[in-house]
Amino acid sequence: MKELVIISGKGGTGKTSISAAFASLASNSVICDADVDAANLHLLLAPQPFEHEDFFGGSLAVINQQQCIECGTCAELCTFQAISEALVIDPIACEGCGVCVDFCPEGAIDFPVQKCGETFFSDTRFGPMSHARLGIAEENSGKLVSVIRKKARQYAEERRASMILTDGPPGIGCPVIASITGATAVLIIVETSLASLHDLKRVNELAEHFKLPVMVCINKCDVDEQIRSSIEAFTTDKSIEIVGRIPFHHDVTRAMVEGKTILERSVDPDLEKAIRSSWSNTMRVLDRLGTPQPVQLNFITNKE
Amino acid sequence: MKIAVASGKGGTGKTTIATNLAASISGTATLLDCDVEEPNAHLFLKPEFIRSNPVDVFVPAIDSEKCNGCRACVDICRFNALTAVGSQVLVFPELCHSCRGCQLVCPEQAVTAQSRTIGWIESAQRNDLLFTHGRMRVGEAMAPPLINAVKQEAPQKGHIIIDAPPGTSCPVITTIKTCDFVLLVTEPTPFGLHDLKLAAAVVKSLAIPCGIVLNRSDIGDESVIRFAAENDLEILLKLQYDVEIARSYANGLLLVEQDEHYLTIFQNLLRRIETQLETSVGVL
Repeated sequence: MKELVIISGKGGTGKTSISAAFASLASNSVICDADVDAANLHLLLAPQPFEHEDFFGGSLAVINQQQCIECGTCAELCTFQAISEALVIDPIACEGCGVCVDFCPEGAIDFPVQKCGETFFSDTRFGPMSHARLGIAEENSGKLVSVIRKKARQYAEERRASMILTDGPPGIGCPVIASITGATAVLIIVETSLASLHDLKRVNELAEHFKLPVMVCINKCDVDEQIRSSIEAFTTDKSIEIVGRIPFHHDVTRAMVEGKTILERSVDPDLEKAIRSSWSNTMRVLDRLGTPQPVQLNFITNKE
Repeated sequence: MKIAVASGKGGTGKTTIATNLAASISGTATLLDCDVEEPNAHLFLKPEFIRSNPVDVFVPAIDSEKCNGCRACVDICRFNALTAVGSQVLVFPELCHSCRGCQLVCPEQAVTAQSRTIGWIESAQRNDLLFTHGRMRVGEAMAPPLINAVKQEAPQKGHIIIDAPPGTSCPVITTIKTCDFVLLVTEPTPFGLHDLKLAAAVVKSLAIPCGIVLNRSDIGDESVIRFAAENDLEILLKLQYDVEIARSYANGLLLVEQDEHYLTIFQNLLRRIETQLETSVGVL
């Protein structure tokens, strides 16, 4: 089972628009939206959920006022300053470590597990899709990403799908690490701006850290020729293959406004050609790469 | 006054707004870049960093001579940062949240405090603007401790502009809580609208006043404007799509230093935020 994860470091470079266009070109694939923080792929693919589960992340400490003797041990031990002098727990600051629960001499602190979001498995016009919704101001997005990737993988194995296409989150932190570990390869979408080039370097370093093969697609490649050359110099230096160069075009936004993937609308022929060739080049590189060994993701496994 | 510049969706123009707003302020001001995973504000300010400090967090170390193999540390850790293999306890530092539960629970005092560098905070001065950002070490999972370290650089007084990371979860919440105002930057597209709704809900849950900047205001549809009107969110600034803005941005240039017209626009934006804050304080 091969899995391609589309990431970018910097947000807004075109990950989701390109992921959706790729989904429209892929056959026998499972689609996965791993940007659970601000998921957007469903706006283009209109998934119809046939499976739905609550996602329980961590637990949250709650002081049982009847049993509390106001000794202040909890506030003293909390390293997250989540417990005020008046012994009130701030649910947003609470990290869910449980230290206060374990050290309260009266056993007066409850630790209910929290519903942090929902996971969905859906039908779309381009195949099955694993996705999620993280609750407002909730934590554990990395863990939620791991859950939906695992569901995508199970489904793909059962149905003998040829690949998993995953739309990843921006950044280089916990949800990104949870999105890319154990994938076959990552495709980094970069745009021709200094900020995007800067972020490409950091996210590429992250992929190197996890020993993942990297491809690059330059989006909005004609906005700045000079920065494009700098991106090309960087990829040459790192022996990274550029699988596509997609021109800037308002048709991308127009398709989005219509709730369509780019190729479902009649678009500028150069744009269409660039997307099709990016996809075929990506597949060519992916075919060359071996199937990775499944890895144990330590920080996602539940305690039990 | 602390003003955070945030957005659910990435790439809507947070850094453009934050850097230009900070640079438009006459007199002393502070800009903090809290997008520690992918900090970009320095690309526009191009300051010379005068200070760089590592940010260290607690991680446990196990003294194997004292450890009696009771596994109390493994059992208390909710983050799977400790594992027992036979009678030996292994530490996975990237998973540690620094709660010190393992150290507190160990009956043999076999857990000692070690520190680990998760990133660096770097500071600079550019004319009257004080600038600090955080740079997370690549491979680290958790941004919040580093974000808190950046926020501690805020002076007591004056205008403090904070560039937030994208998204709606822990890094964003850590950044915007304790701010006086949140500026939500969005674009008039289905993605922009969807993520604005999420970001607005987060800001509302923290009870912080907010307003909207509609960037590339002429590229999509009317849905953001409708959403703002229906939810009493004020659109404080609209910026039309402009190839010149895109080029300035691509090359790391500040609009307010390229064009007087933009200087006025950003000064007006600050005034509108101040007015909104004064009136909401009046209501309270």
